[in-house]
Amino acid sequence: MITKRIIPCLDVRDGRVVKGVNFEGLNDVSSPIELADYYSRCGADELVFYDITASAEGRALFTEILKETASRVFIPLTVGGGINTLEDFDRVLKCGADKVSVNSGAIRNPDLIREAALRYGSQCVVLSADVKRVDGQFRVFARGGRDDTGMEAIAWIKRCVDLGAGEIVVNSIDTDGVKGGFDLEMLQAVCDVVKVPVIASGGAGKKEDFTELFRTIPGVDAGLAASIFHFGEVAIPDLKADLRKNGILVR
Amino acid sequence: MIAVIDYGVGNLFSLCRSLEAIGQEPVVTGDPAVLRQADKLILPGVGAFQDAADKLRASGLDQVIKEEVAKGKPILGICLGMQLLFEESHEFGVWQGLGLIPGKVVTMEGVVPADYKIPHIGWNGLHFPQGVRHPLLGSVEEGECVYFVHSFYATDCDEAVIATTEYGAELTAAVAKGSVMGCQFHPEKSGPVGLGILKTFCEGTW
Repeated sequence: MITKRIIPCLDVRDGRVVKGVNFEGLNDVSSPIELADYYSRCGADELVFYDITASAEGRALFTEILKETASRVFIPLTVGGGINTLEDFDRVLKCGADKVSVNSGAIRNPDLIREAALRYGSQCVVLSADVKRVDGQFRVFARGGRDDTGMEAIAWIKRCVDLGAGEIVVNSIDTDGVKGGFDLEMLQAVCDVVKVPVIASGGAGKKEDFTELFRTIPGVDAGLAASIFHFGEVAIPDLKADLRKNGILVR
Repeated sequence: MIAVIDYGVGNLFSLCRSLEAIGQEPVVTGDPAVLRQADKLILPGVGAFQDAADKLRASGLDQVIKEEVAKGKPILGICLGMQLLFEESHEFGVWQGLGLIPGKVVTMEGVVPADYKIPHIGWNGLHFPQGVRHPLLGSVEEGECVYFVHSFYATDCDEAVIATTEYGAELTAAVAKGSVMGCQFHPEKSGPVGLGILKTFCEGTW
């Protein structure tokens, strides 16, 4: 049977992982390459590299780092951040990314999803949606959660799947950073309308949050988190042992 | 020398890096002369079957592959590359493959239960038919996971199946017929388990 995936997310700026990282046994805790290698050896099922660089120099550095990581780490790599055109897809895929995640770029131009899916296949196109409750409605936010687009999130996600998105990352702004667990209500609403894999993001604070996630919403395929892994609050081998103990299939 | 067949389909970056990681120096080529010199061939591929099969034929590489395989040269097809080894695919039409392994490629739709997602994406376990482990999978333990991304699968190929995976139905995960071998999953994205399979193929005698 297919296993549930655990996915650490690395924010990279100017070639370094941002947010402090607290690990023993790593020579350079802010090297994305070392961290990716470490996670891969710990049993991470996939990695997300998020490019939060603003400059062209930083972007060039990011692709170099991606190339090196993809030369050492042989699990699926997803790249997001600053993906606005097919050329952006091309740039990161050539450096070893397996999937490309779009967010604000798709909000500006939804056709990007269709064009990318046609050229590279749906399996390659991940829609990442930052969602927040506004006036009792799930609303899509753009620019890293700063701008309310006014669009209803579930309809937006459904539209993106129809356009060709092959996987959805649902990032709840409401639970992000709170560490009180994933946004089960929001995730259920998404799982009810799409048939592509759904990756839960935002809110994980402890191992039990993942058990609750996969138990409550069997339609969720993966759990994504950043700081709890980076700060060592949750170790992936422990997390997987815990999930296994609770009857959830993991690699 | 291991030749990775370049026929304009898919991204060969990860595959080549994974082969380097196990000590090979792969040559990516669509040159028939180089393919004829190679000790072993790897046929990669992602995307649509029809497009890939057309490209193989248009470049004449289909004939080169068939001739080299007829001489006993080992070949490993990966993902769509594995599907191309079969006689035909029913992916949005009926298309001819290389016909190196009897069988056909069909959709999972209607085969896996309706509440299962298609494509089949993620890490899933390998199972050996009747518990018999083929030498290509010599480094793999029963149940170990590899990474899949596919919507179609090979069927009517029982004799060639060397591993299956369970996704609400038993799906063909790996095949072998003499020196012709294939993996539906991506060994280059399957961590140490995948690298082990590539190493066995590259270093083995077939």
